[in-house]
Amino acid sequence: MADFTSGFWNMYVMVFVALSILFCVFVLASNMTKRESGPVELHGHVWDETLTEYNNPLPNWWMYLFWITIVFSIVYLVIYPGFGNVNEGRGQVSQYQAEMQAADEKYGPIFAKYRNMELAAVAADPEANAMGERMFLTYCSQCHGSAAQGGKSFPNLTDDEWLWGGEPEAIKTTITEGRHGVMPPFGPALGGEGVKDVANYVRSLSGLAHDSLRAQRGKDMFVANCAVCHAEDGTGNTMLGAPNLTNKSWLYGSSEATIIETITKGRSNQMPVFGEFLGEDKVHLLTAYVMSLSKK
Amino acid sequence: MQSQATYNYKVVRQFSIMTVVWGIVGMLVGVIVAAQLVWPELNVHEFLHFGRLRPLHTNAVIFAFGGCALFATSYYVVQRTCHTKLFAPGLAAFTFWGWQLVIVLAAITLPLGYTTSKEYAELEWPIDILIAVVWVSYAIVFFGTIAKRKVSHIYVANWFFGGFILTVALLHIVNSAAIPVSFTGMKSYSAYAGVQDAMVQWWYGHNAVGFFLTAGFLGMMYYFVPKQAERPIYSYRLSVVHFWALIFTYMWAGPHHLHYTALPDWTQSVGMVFSLILLAPSWGGMINGVMTLSGAWHKLRTDPILKFLITSLSFYGMSTFEGPMMAVKTVNALSHYTDWTVGHVHSGALGWVAMISIGSLYYMIPRLYGKTEMYSVKLINAHFWIATIGVVLYIASLWIAGVMQGLMWRATNPDGTLTYSFVESVKASYPFWTIRFIGGSLFLVGMLLMFYNMVKTIAGQKAYDAPVLAPSVAHA
Repeated sequence: MADFTSGFWNMYVMVFVALSILFCVFVLASNMTKRESGPVELHGHVWDETLTEYNNPLPNWWMYLFWITIVFSIVYLVIYPGFGNVNEGRGQVSQYQAEMQAADEKYGPIFAKYRNMELAAVAADPEANAMGERMFLTYCSQCHGSAAQGGKSFPNLTDDEWLWGGEPEAIKTTITEGRHGVMPPFGPALGGEGVKDVANYVRSLSGLAHDSLRAQRGKDMFVANCAVCHAEDGTGNTMLGAPNLTNKSWLYGSSEATIIETITKGRSNQMPVFGEFLGEDKVHLLTAYVMSLSKK
Repeated sequence: MQSQATYNYKVVRQFSIMTVVWGIVGMLVGVIVAAQLVWPELNVHEFLHFGRLRPLHTNAVIFAFGGCALFATSYYVVQRTCHTKLFAPGLAAFTFWGWQLVIVLAAITLPLGYTTSKEYAELEWPIDILIAVVWVSYAIVFFGTIAKRKVSHIYVANWFFGGFILTVALLHIVNSAAIPVSFTGMKSYSAYAGVQDAMVQWWYGHNAVGFFLTAGFLGMMYYFVPKQAERPIYSYRLSVVHFWALIFTYMWAGPHHLHYTALPDWTQSVGMVFSLILLAPSWGGMINGVMTLSGAWHKLRTDPILKFLITSLSFYGMSTFEGPMMAVKTVNALSHYTDWTVGHVHSGALGWVAMISIGSLYYMIPRLYGKTEMYSVKLINAHFWIATIGVVLYIASLWIAGVMQGLMWRATNPDGTLTYSFVESVKASYPFWTIRFIGGSLFLVGMLLMFYNMVKTIAGQKAYDAPVLAPSVAHA
């Protein structure tokens, strides 16, 4: 895209850059005096009793240095963008594209050779697995952790529980298209006591300590409000990314307070899209690596 | 001497003492944040978290320590070289108390988490307004004094002080322009958006370096180096050329902080070439300072104040060579976002800014109390060596750490994937961060020696205001 919204700004920049370099040339060129024979004389002013000045000429090496930087700058602006919209096409975007294209040509085949291999076979291939791990550490470890064990709101990938399904194609879809998990807030609908009852029922599903009276009351509310996504028996629904509430895996925590917070305010969680950025071949390897994590 | 009038030293004394005090505070916070990087468990409370203390450190050393040093020396120099008392002494006193208030407010609001998030301009809008008022008052006092000078020519130190005062007013007001949304909540939104905001911020940020930390301290250099060396300035002509080239070119250099970002290509390139052109004008100041010593080199052996001044010029030369190199896009691609930048800044901040201020204060403090020498010259010498070793440890460790980080981040495997994850580069940095912590601690120890020496020099002495001197006859 062009850097300038109109031809005026282009000219404006050109004029200012040119004048600025000319100013440096002028300051330097107008002071290139030669050293005169005889002793250097004082400049003739005295301040604060003792402060005086010689008027030595500019050191030659210093003037050369100044000239070199000016000439270099002009040459640079002839070759690269900088002087208004001159050389606009030679900027960082084209540099990035060229480097990415070169990298794709060089490294693409290394990944492409696994393209037609079954994911299970790729996962079993030590070389492919090592490449997958390196990509995981670059792109995934920021959220899922270097050991892939996740953290609060970031799923653990080493257990056998899957929010969106653990089948090879489901994992691939998760990486390629990203996921957006939403739990709606139920605070207003259930009320403070209702939320507490449901929370106790939810804890009872996985055998956690709970108030059985509250859990009993909560059950009906669960069936009426939560079962649509989490299923009547609380085992969840991978089509919607609704967690299984009967196991030991908790994305946000299993304490009564946390569950109450989750029910009251709801949750929203995002797995970013990687398909466009990484391309199919890399996603293929990454999927195989993620599959291998939970089988260790 | 027919005139019984005396120079106004009171405000100079106040600012001088606070320079040392804020130096210790700012550097102590620096040592704490350096320790937090090595031992993360030291992030004990949100108010004392690295993210809150780091801006407190930078603001304290730049604006509290550096600012007080500039106020003190510029007020001293402008009176003595203009052969007249300070203009508007009441306003000068206001600049002292106003500036101290700004510093105290910064020390309270930054740990509490009030921030604009603009680097070196984090303070929220009510404090920004106070800064602007104090700064305009400073300009009135300084230029008022210049206006009533008793000599026709304005001494070179005052050109640099003047350039610094004018430009900092411009930078601060333009960059801090914001729409306030709450007074009690101390909240505002920048007047600029997106990449324009980033460009204005780094136009400010780099000129804060160029004018606050360079031009101002060159003003200091142009008075205290010839005074302490008792030699004439090397070249009047060089001072003219490098002054105009420096203050003109610095204005263009900001974009080099935004290489390879959403900033348009042309802006990045122009920022880069003017950063390179800046090399010679920057070195002009170093040459003029160091060459002023020709004919008096032997004094370096015995005079620790001169050691401070000349060493500071060497660090100045080194940083102003390193800066243009780091502004080159290909070098920047390696150095940007690494500790190399932090090392570079500290070779300027500790090596140049702090050392020239320390040397100048050792010259000036006894004279503000009717003496010619500090309580202990030996302690000045000890301070010099401790500080020098501290700076060298600090910058050498961060150079190595920075280059290592840059190389680790770009290293790739034969399949094109990255060799190292980010956290591995953090792990590899620990030994260097430990050395940096030791270097910074040494520098702080030096400041504590200075504080002791200052207290001993002042203790029992009466404040002294030197009589205003008539201009030398040779000047008329």
